[in-house]
Amino acid sequence: MYKILKAEKLAEKIYLMDVEAPRVAKHCEPGQFIIVKMDEKGERIPLTICDFNREKGIVTIVFQIVGASTEKMAHLQAGDAFSDFVGPLGCASELIHEDIEELKKKKIVFVAGGVGTAPVYPQVKWLHEHGVDVDVIVGAKNKDLILLEDEMKAVAGNLYITTDDGSYVRKGMGTDVLKELVNEKGMKYDLCIAIGPLIMMKFVCLLTKELGIPTVVSMNPIMVDGTGMCGACRLQVGDAIKFACVDGPEFDGHLVDFDQAMKRQQMYKTEEGRAMLKLQEGDTHHGGCGNCN
Amino acid sequence: MDVMKKVPVREQAPDIRNKNFDEVCLGYNEEEAIEEATRCINCKNAQCIKGCPVSINIPEFIHNVKEGNFAEAYKTIGKSSALPAVCGRVCPQESQCEGKCIRGIKGEPISIGKLERFVADWARENKVEPEMPSEKKNKKVAVIGSGPSGLTCAGDLAKMGYDVTIFEALHEAGGVLVYGIPEFRLPKQTVVASEIENVKKLGVKIETNVVIGKSMTIDQLLEEEGFEAVFVGSGAGLPRFMGIPGENANGVFSANEYLTRSNLMKAFKEDYDTPIARFKKVAVVGGGNVAMDAARTALRLGAEVHIVYRRSEEELPARAEEVHHAKEEGIIFDLLTNPTEIITDENGWVSGIKCVKMELGEPDASGRRKPVEIPDSGFTMELDAVIMSLGTSPNPLIHSTTAGLDVNKRQCIIAEEDTGKTTKEAVYAGGDAVTGAATVILAMGAGKAGAKGIDEYLSNK
Repeated sequence: MYKILKAEKLAEKIYLMDVEAPRVAKHCEPGQFIIVKMDEKGERIPLTICDFNREKGIVTIVFQIVGASTEKMAHLQAGDAFSDFVGPLGCASELIHEDIEELKKKKIVFVAGGVGTAPVYPQVKWLHEHGVDVDVIVGAKNKDLILLEDEMKAVAGNLYITTDDGSYVRKGMGTDVLKELVNEKGMKYDLCIAIGPLIMMKFVCLLTKELGIPTVVSMNPIMVDGTGMCGACRLQVGDAIKFACVDGPEFDGHLVDFDQAMKRQQMYKTEEGRAMLKLQEGDTHHGGCGNCN
Repeated sequence: MDVMKKVPVREQAPDIRNKNFDEVCLGYNEEEAIEEATRCINCKNAQCIKGCPVSINIPEFIHNVKEGNFAEAYKTIGKSSALPAVCGRVCPQESQCEGKCIRGIKGEPISIGKLERFVADWARENKVEPEMPSEKKNKKVAVIGSGPSGLTCAGDLAKMGYDVTIFEALHEAGGVLVYGIPEFRLPKQTVVASEIENVKKLGVKIETNVVIGKSMTIDQLLEEEGFEAVFVGSGAGLPRFMGIPGENANGVFSANEYLTRSNLMKAFKEDYDTPIARFKKVAVVGGGNVAMDAARTALRLGAEVHIVYRRSEEELPARAEEVHHAKEEGIIFDLLTNPTEIITDENGWVSGIKCVKMELGEPDASGRRKPVEIPDSGFTMELDAVIMSLGTSPNPLIHSTTAGLDVNKRQCIIAEEDTGKTTKEAVYAGGDAVTGAATVILAMGAGKAGAKGIDEYLSNK
């Protein structure tokens, strides 16, 4: 069992947990993910790593409620435990393999969208610890959905926050901020790393293609085993089919077929909706969701 | 009784079993087993043993069954096999032990597989314990993967007195026995879990949720965790696809994904959280045992199921028994048929597949007659799901993170057949990770060889 040491609600439907997983904490790197399973009957849920403490053997995860399983997970408290917690999975961010002096010469911008702020954080932190300051743009629907602001401020070179509805700092999308930085402030970026919802990453990539900035995205498709065995997470990347779990999760954003990825993300929507209704309504659920008898 | 014929084994009726996930074959009872055992003529130069990849003393165990000494029979099998209840169910006996049986020349061979299964089930039901290791060697060995090769290797090493830990990437031990082979062929709780329990009783520790190559490397096992040797039995996990248009559509699955959802995650049961879509009409592309398993699973989940295979019935790589069972249950075989494109609807879901008809031409490199497309034979099948069962290749996670562990062109780990010795000192390997996708029993044979190789290495160190 993998004990939950801290459970915190960060925002509406978004939760942070510190989990005791020494083997994972010892070997994980920014960019990698874990798979968690709540109990015997639970699903295997892939989640990005938000932070880790090697000495204490702790891994921090952040997740958003998207279906019945994550809804159940949100009810877990400090002192509860996951039956399974496996990782680190996937490849570490390419940045950590690069020469630090070369990295220092590069101008890097991160664009984080919503819960995507969580996987951006360990990368920015790692770079900061290695003396590389980067620009970070964090976008969310509204003020309440801005995550890890203080933490990010402490490690980012410049932090730009924006909200879709203008309820905090400024109104606009992450792409609007990036466009302004490049077109109006004359910033020249050598690399952009965008992590967030598929639709947001798609639009960041369309923009950076136009601006000529190489862009890396982190994909989070449906997975089962997370070790390359099932192929559920396959993506079209350029001419090749790639498995997000072993080839990724980070890919060249200008090569990813986002439209296909968005369709694949919908694959279990009806089952998920049905499971969610069942969970919420319990024994009182008697159809009406369009999928039950 | 006709000594030329096998004592028939009881099975669930096809039109009942195709709607449930309970085991198809019910096995022999004591009387039936003894009756079948009396057909064995106890050859002096027993060919059956030579046909068995782990060299079980078959005439001896069958003799014990004939005498009603089932516990003795279990002991005889136990000397060579750690997983008799599994092998009795899933070994391709027709091409191994039974294929060599002298009785088989004029009549039907002895039903060795069903007898093995009977003995193992009897031992479990009567709580016969496996024999304990007599000595303890103070040496730690790590085994990567808890599938057939890993379990066998670990069991053999534990019997020799080694301190063995198995590292399993998934949340449950068993490898392909739990994620790949369906419940209706190999019951997970009664059969697989209890055989794994027997391996644990020998002192083997199993640590789940550890992905070697990610959570830890082989070098770290050897240098930091105090293991003196490592056996790699990580299997052949990566699914192949055809590379035809539309393959990433919603409703196209690898057989691995479809079976893992149903078997490991138990998605076929209402009270488990993992979803599995229920389809109306499914094509399973491929003709191996895995294709039969996927097809029969989809059938049980309510679909009309077609096996789409580009060669003819004769070339089907699946065991005859599996094909026979699939047909009985109502699977439709579209042979000499090859998909060329998957058609999708506006939401990105599968709506059909385009196929062409094939005919058999000259034999190809595999010795089988090569299927050739018949011109202008294209047609379309309307469907709502396609399951690709085209085989697998080894997972690169281990060799890509282990310096000095060489692989061949097909990405399989290079290992000596008799000992499992690889190109890296202290590292041994066997099973699908070495051979590419093969059978449970061949993997077990490789696990035995690996245990022998590791014992020789550590004894001389």
